[in-house]
Amino acid sequence: MFRNQYDNDVTVWSPQGRLHQIEYAMEAVKQGSAVVGMKNATHAAIAAVKRVPSELASYQKKLFAIDEHCGVGIAGLTADARTINNFLQTECLNHRYAYSRPMPLSRLVGTLGNKMQVTTQEESGRPYGVGLLMIGFDHKGPHLIQIDPSANHYECKGMSIGARSQSARTYLEKHLDTYQATQTVEDLVRHALRALRDTLTNDQELSSKLVSVAVVGKDHPFQVYDDQLVEDLISEVIKEPRATVRPAQSTFAVQAEDLMEEDTNRPPPPDPEVAVALDVAVHRGTNP
Amino acid sequence: MGDFSPYDDNGGTVAAIAGQDYVLIACDSRLSTGSTILSRFTPKIYPLSKMTVFACSGFHADVLTLIKNLEVRMKLFIHEHGEEMSTKAVMALMLPTLYGRRFFPFYVRPIVAGLDRDGKGLVASYDPVGTPEFFDYVIQGSGENLVHPFLHNQIGAKRTLSDVPVQAPPGLTLDKAVKLLKDAFLAAAERDVYTGDTVTLVAMTAKGTETMEYQLRRD
Repeated sequence: MFRNQYDNDVTVWSPQGRLHQIEYAMEAVKQGSAVVGMKNATHAAIAAVKRVPSELASYQKKLFAIDEHCGVGIAGLTADARTINNFLQTECLNHRYAYSRPMPLSRLVGTLGNKMQVTTQEESGRPYGVGLLMIGFDHKGPHLIQIDPSANHYECKGMSIGARSQSARTYLEKHLDTYQATQTVEDLVRHALRALRDTLTNDQELSSKLVSVAVVGKDHPFQVYDDQLVEDLISEVIKEPRATVRPAQSTFAVQAEDLMEEDTNRPPPPDPEVAVALDVAVHRGTNP
Repeated sequence: MGDFSPYDDNGGTVAAIAGQDYVLIACDSRLSTGSTILSRFTPKIYPLSKMTVFACSGFHADVLTLIKNLEVRMKLFIHEHGEEMSTKAVMALMLPTLYGRRFFPFYVRPIVAGLDRDGKGLVASYDPVGTPEFFDYVIQGSGENLVHPFLHNQIGAKRTLSDVPVQAPPGLTLDKAVKLLKDAFLAAAERDVYTGDTVTLVAMTAKGTETMEYQLRRD
């Protein structure tokens, strides 16, 4: 394929109608460690795997408060995430200043989406290399929203991004009705921890050093729970038998043809298949 | 239109006393304009954080806007530093905030009161453009001239003739301070037309915050 001819610029379409720079940016999200999110009728929770660059360093922070009623978990380029977080925090502050109430989540992600879209259409920049799972609570209830470098945002009932997140998504699809129906924060968080556990490699196990959890909900301002605060829930979950780490193909395997359909009702697209950038098959001619 | 003034004075009195291990803030709840009462229950104490409280009388629109500005600054600080602004930092912030409007001032008489990180009480008062006074007891507002001499006599009497900053005696307990401020407001309501209706007292200690309300003259 002519992949390497059309992928240097975000302003250049490929003959297949793709913007490869955006897809490459989405690959950057997969480089980050996993974040899992889910919600029930009153609360939303996210859990993340904290990565440590080296024994000497402290871990990379994954979960950030944006305002009292919302926060995000990030996967990908941390510096890009910081810029986005500052933007989100400022938007929420300005909204509160003007209206003396928390900013509705739909509006917040709308303004972020507009800002991110600019980077997918201008030559002078590049798309943000970070994916976010935002959780929040507003007058419409709890929300879980996925935002990716393509500037798309999706309201979700459960979602996972980052390395090996497909396994967590499998858990989320399988147990959708169960965690949606949970009545307590602890039950919801336990589900999040179980889903997160499926993203770990065989030599890793859940521990308070490895995991960060954040919760927001009705009468529950956004708060990150680290270290000791999640220890009890973790110690319960690790007693349970571990699901085998599933391979990349999930029960909702999508055929290649489906990727090309214009169907706005279909579920969020699975990871795009990435061809090797330096594809050696060169052939002249107009036939793509 | 030549009589237009961008300001109004909505009256009211605020006061605060700093102790070794507490801070006590009091305010009345009357809002007025001219000789009309606008509200009998608009207390003038506004919490900024767990440790710090803002009490302010003057032009109510400017008071509300000033608080909005401060709330944004408090949140920005938390976002940037991961912890709440200390009381001393808030007190320091008042000067640039007020002086930034030197040429169209906030028509306010604010008090910032709270606990420092060791639980010791701190209070400060400001003029409309930010001049701070870090005394152990402060009074601002329409009843200031009535309350100040009373508190000065009861708390700071021994230092009237020296340059030593006015300090509350170490033995001034929270209970005594509550009685003093309550009496001070009862007295102010007697003579100041713009002070009255109810007095709210907020006592902050390391253990927590307690709010008390008493009726004042409603005339």
